[in-house]
Amino acid sequence: MIHPKHLLLVLLLLVALLLLSSVLAWAEPDAYARQRAAMVDEIEASMTSTADRLGRGALSPQVANALRKTPRHLFVGEDQRPYAYQNRPLPIGHGQTISQPYIVAVMTELLDAKPGAKVLEIGTGSAYQAAVLGAVGAEVYSIEIIEPLADSARARLDKLGYHNIHTRSGDGYYGWPEAAPFDAILVTAAASHIPPPLIKQLKAGGRMLIPVGDRFNVQQLVLVEKSPDQKIKTRQLLPVAFVPLTGTHP
Amino acid sequence: MHGYLGLPWSIALLSGAAIAYEVLLMRLFSIIQWHHFAYMIISLALLGYGISGVFLALFRDWLNARFEAVFPAGITLFSLTAPGCFWLGQRLPFNPSELFWSPVQPLYLLLLYLLLALPFFFAASATGLALFRFRGQVSNLYAADLAGAGLGSGAIIGLLFVFPPEQALIALALVGIAGILPVSIAWEKNGWGLAVCAAVLALFWLAPADWKALHISPYKELRQLLRIPGTRVIDSFSNPIAYTDVVESPVTPLRHAPGLSLNADREPPAQLAIFADAGNMSALTRYNGDPATISYLDQTTSALPYHLNKPKQLLILGVGAGSDLLQAEWFGVPTVDGVELNGQLIDYIKNRHDAFSGGIFTNARLRLHIGEARGFVSATKERFDLIQIALMDAYGASSAGLYALSENYLYTVEALREYIRHLQPGGYLALTRWAKMPPRDALKLFATAAEALELSGITEPGRHLILIRGWQTSTLLVKNGEVTLADIGKLKTFCEDRSFDIDFYPGITEPETNRFNQLPESYYYQGASQILGVERAVYLERYKFAIEPATDDRPYFFQFFKWTTLPEILSLYGQGGISLLETGYIILVAGALQALLAALLCIGLPMWRCRQRLGLPAYSPRLWRVIGYFFLLGNAFLFIEIAFIQKFILFLHHPVYSVTVVLCTFLIAASLGSTASRRLQDQRHGHFVPIVGIALLTLVYILFFNNLTGVFLYQSAPVKIAVTVLLTLPLGFLMGMPFPLGLQRAATLSPSLIPWAWGVNGLASVISASLATLIAIHGGFTVLVLIAVGLYLGAAACLPRVDEP
Repeated sequence: MIHPKHLLLVLLLLVALLLLSSVLAWAEPDAYARQRAAMVDEIEASMTSTADRLGRGALSPQVANALRKTPRHLFVGEDQRPYAYQNRPLPIGHGQTISQPYIVAVMTELLDAKPGAKVLEIGTGSAYQAAVLGAVGAEVYSIEIIEPLADSARARLDKLGYHNIHTRSGDGYYGWPEAAPFDAILVTAAASHIPPPLIKQLKAGGRMLIPVGDRFNVQQLVLVEKSPDQKIKTRQLLPVAFVPLTGTHP
Repeated sequence: MHGYLGLPWSIALLSGAAIAYEVLLMRLFSIIQWHHFAYMIISLALLGYGISGVFLALFRDWLNARFEAVFPAGITLFSLTAPGCFWLGQRLPFNPSELFWSPVQPLYLLLLYLLLALPFFFAASATGLALFRFRGQVSNLYAADLAGAGLGSGAIIGLLFVFPPEQALIALALVGIAGILPVSIAWEKNGWGLAVCAAVLALFWLAPADWKALHISPYKELRQLLRIPGTRVIDSFSNPIAYTDVVESPVTPLRHAPGLSLNADREPPAQLAIFADAGNMSALTRYNGDPATISYLDQTTSALPYHLNKPKQLLILGVGAGSDLLQAEWFGVPTVDGVELNGQLIDYIKNRHDAFSGGIFTNARLRLHIGEARGFVSATKERFDLIQIALMDAYGASSAGLYALSENYLYTVEALREYIRHLQPGGYLALTRWAKMPPRDALKLFATAAEALELSGITEPGRHLILIRGWQTSTLLVKNGEVTLADIGKLKTFCEDRSFDIDFYPGITEPETNRFNQLPESYYYQGASQILGVERAVYLERYKFAIEPATDDRPYFFQFFKWTTLPEILSLYGQGGISLLETGYIILVAGALQALLAALLCIGLPMWRCRQRLGLPAYSPRLWRVIGYFFLLGNAFLFIEIAFIQKFILFLHHPVYSVTVVLCTFLIAASLGSTASRRLQDQRHGHFVPIVGIALLTLVYILFFNNLTGVFLYQSAPVKIAVTVLLTLPLGFLMGMPFPLGLQRAATLSPSLIPWAWGVNGLASVISASLATLIAIHGGFTVLVLIAVGLYLGAAACLPRVDEP
């Protein structure tokens, strides 16, 4: 027969375990939030040093806020979660990656998407970039050619409740004519040239951004600007503060 | 001696299979991963040779007592692990691109090293043990080892013409296992030799097809394209130059048009993607005879020279999938000469896609030459109105500096002089490169062109140069004659219409530059003017990437890395600064350091810890001198071999032939030298004879190489090959002597030194490959050869005499 004292002990132990597990369950997202905040701090510090080269001041409050709100760990596979808030690119399967958070921040800044702006994204990937743009308040249209990625991105966005992000699976070359013109376009899929239909779908005064490099490293950012008189100009930017010449010429 | 019969044959087969494996691994890893990683992985795998020395030293008596079992076991294990370890290795989720990001990746890399070191370990242990057991026959056994290696290095190239690399892997393992037959016959154990061979064959036969297939990295271009719905590989073929895949994409068009103007509004026609080694994509474009469908080719930077003069005779270096041919078609050029190294690709397009490509590869206006570009230009007596050098490498690989270690004779000062010499008066040389950020290729080429013009006797090179740029590509024009005002007028119209920037023409001012595709500053214009000014040297020195012109002696055009820039790049890690890192060079240095560390761990440590058990003659200086001798020898041998392979590439004008002919001749001649070395064995200073001979011969060759080979430059390939063999033969013969002579000496001093000599020599081969490339990058091949001579002389001084204390 069980002694009542023992029973009490067991009960107490159970209660303690329950409490502990709920604390842990509650603490996990909290830990992610803390990591996320640290990540944004790091990005802000880096941004200050790159500021003048990108023509941007520090990280804008809207973008910083969007990065703080977007749970990057839910946009990568289970195996990559421990690294979700490190400032590095991560593989998301199907030979694809999501960019280093610093690059995501820089790209979001350069796209200059105001709340309500229409943004077209070619190459949804896991939809992290779309989610950040969505969190800034933009109306995002995102196209992904790899079907399984497009499907999982759709499901993920639905689950997380992003209603201002529209996705589609297919060829991004012709853009999204029904929703055109766009205030900003981001082409993350490798492009041998800039698709003319996308230039057409860019609003006058709009900006298109093309990160160039391999899957893990963005080597440069090509910013295409359409002036109010429909003239096209591009700018080649380095995401990092680097000048190819040392010192000043005597 | 009992058991010796048949052994040289076994060793020759084993050694042939092992060197073939080394060459093949390079091909295999270039396909499934990237070329420069292949380089590092293989050099580390050779550590298996060094480790075998320690293993033999530790267990020599036990192993020696069981020689008749251990030797065939070594061969069998080599044959099983050669394919087996590669199959396992390609299953590892190793991803070089993540190496700088992910902490687990270095572990995968380490695992890969260990796996691939195994086959070399088994092969080297079997041979090393034989050398230890039959030390009286060292020169013959070493001769068999070298002869086998020489034949193996030639045979694998032949094999790669017949079989795709994944099948060649099994074929060479079978050659390896055949190595047990000669001993099993000689030892009158015919039954088990055949039984083991049959068992290995059955094992390979039964291995699941998926194991035996190549598993290409998901981040390589081919795999990336195959993710797109509807794409499929329609044909694959391979030769020693490349593994080619042809992919069709009927649902989503390929639309490959690098360098296209933003003003272009026409989509390219249907295309087939052509991959070399699962990367380096180029496109074969459909042409139905309607020029309007290919009008987009007038919208690229490379179209500029056609607008400046109407070329009647055009030379295209690097035809590839033919986009430059199509461009020439659009501009209606009457005579085109096209040069392409990969004849298999050209035959394939002609036979399978003649209609698709609109017959541009077979029309009467085109003369196709299969061969190396530089060689064609040197040999031809014709002159051209335009020489086009196309983009032959993919952007991604190029901008990551992955070609840093590849010798390239297309973009050297001497090459550009040669091209300019073959231009008609008023003709143009057009070089199109990727426009990287910060600028690298275009400025390096600009500096190269300026120097080439100066060396051709032109005092103001700037009057002959034009540089333009789109957002993706830049084109440099070098005119045989001064750029005229009329040219400048056409240039401005061309660029204005296509929103291309002009970075340089004679008389340009800064406000005219950096207009359409803006960089933070007008880097290209600034660079071009500085290069043409009096302060060129200062500018090149202060630039953060290595953009000094490449030369034939230092043919590393794609080497942009500078040590002084490294700290800055590392400090920018958090901002993605790693993308500025020229990884190829870093990998080379990292590989050399790893090899050195591994060598100390695997060889130095056991030597120090177990000196008693190793039977080392109580730390006498002569132990160190013996070790020093073999270390210097191993390095010197490879330095000379590597330098001469490169020197002969420029003579034979074919990288594959050059490597095969030189390597094969070197090794076989060395094998003859090894046999002949017996005569010198008993002489007190016997080893001095070949070493002095090597030093003298090498110096004569390196000083008079151009004079020696220049006479035969215009001869046919067989004559040139014969000349190469004749020149290599005496050198190789002498180079085969010092090793057996030293080994013999070591055996006389103390037999326990033999495994050490074997191990240290193997170890040197690990370090020397990376070291040789590093020396060549910084000092050039001449310096490399001079250092090798120094090492040989150092080795000669190192080897102790028998009667020395």
